[in-house]
Amino acid sequence: MATERLAIIATKGTLDMAYPPLILASTAASLGIETAVFFTFYGLNIIHKKKMHELKIAPIGNPAMPMAFPPSMQNPITNAISSILPGPPQIMGIIPGMTDLMSFMMKKTIKEHGVASIPELIEACKEAEVKLIPCQMTMELFGYKYEDLIDGLEPPAGAATFINYVIEADKPMIIFV
Amino acid sequence: MATITPDKTLDASGLNCPLPVLKTKKALEELQSGQILEVITTDPGAKADIPAFCNRTGHQLLEVVEEGGKIIFYLKKK
Repeated sequence: MATERLAIIATKGTLDMAYPPLILASTAASLGIETAVFFTFYGLNIIHKKKMHELKIAPIGNPAMPMAFPPSMQNPITNAISSILPGPPQIMGIIPGMTDLMSFMMKKTIKEHGVASIPELIEACKEAEVKLIPCQMTMELFGYKYEDLIDGLEPPAGAATFINYVIEADKPMIIFV
Repeated sequence: MATITPDKTLDASGLNCPLPVLKTKKALEELQSGQILEVITTDPGAKADIPAFCNRTGHQLLEVVEEGGKIIFYLKKK
């Protein structure tokens, strides 16, 4: 059988951008495709023991962000706020604590909708035998040691190793996130 | 009502993409070839995702039943 390899490159370290690579990787592996995720730059935070639990979503610079009251917080008052202000005005993003508040609200919404948390998705990836590869260069750049990262990772690799791994398959595919 | 008697039932109610597919895959691992898995889900996305999973992995989708906001799949392990 021809080998198929799906490689996903995760470069972002925000809560919202941690989801797509992990959802695609765990699903692809469940569908029987050999899958790897290469974590580079801020994407390393997704597999950082401590930081993976502290991923945030920023209201500032994110005009697409809705107010997103979690279902349990929806009532006539919050509905009225949402109808007037479908999202927080951009200027509010600079208020100290806004990023934490928005991240808290987003996590609550995620949980109430039955969507997996990032640590849960990482576990799902490991169970499905997704190869999780940290980028050697950015680890050094950020001062992350191998032991700062979660267990069960592949050894840190460089760009050439990664590209070679993907391209030697009969059907290679790369997704950049 | 379905007339199929499952060997195992997976209740994935309330869970969203990609959990129903991931849990289905895991549940199938515990079955023998030819045994039947019942998957109960409330995720509208699963309606297309579970058949796509079957199509790709070769497990047979015997029947899909929709009742009271639940989508119930019957899968035969390959």
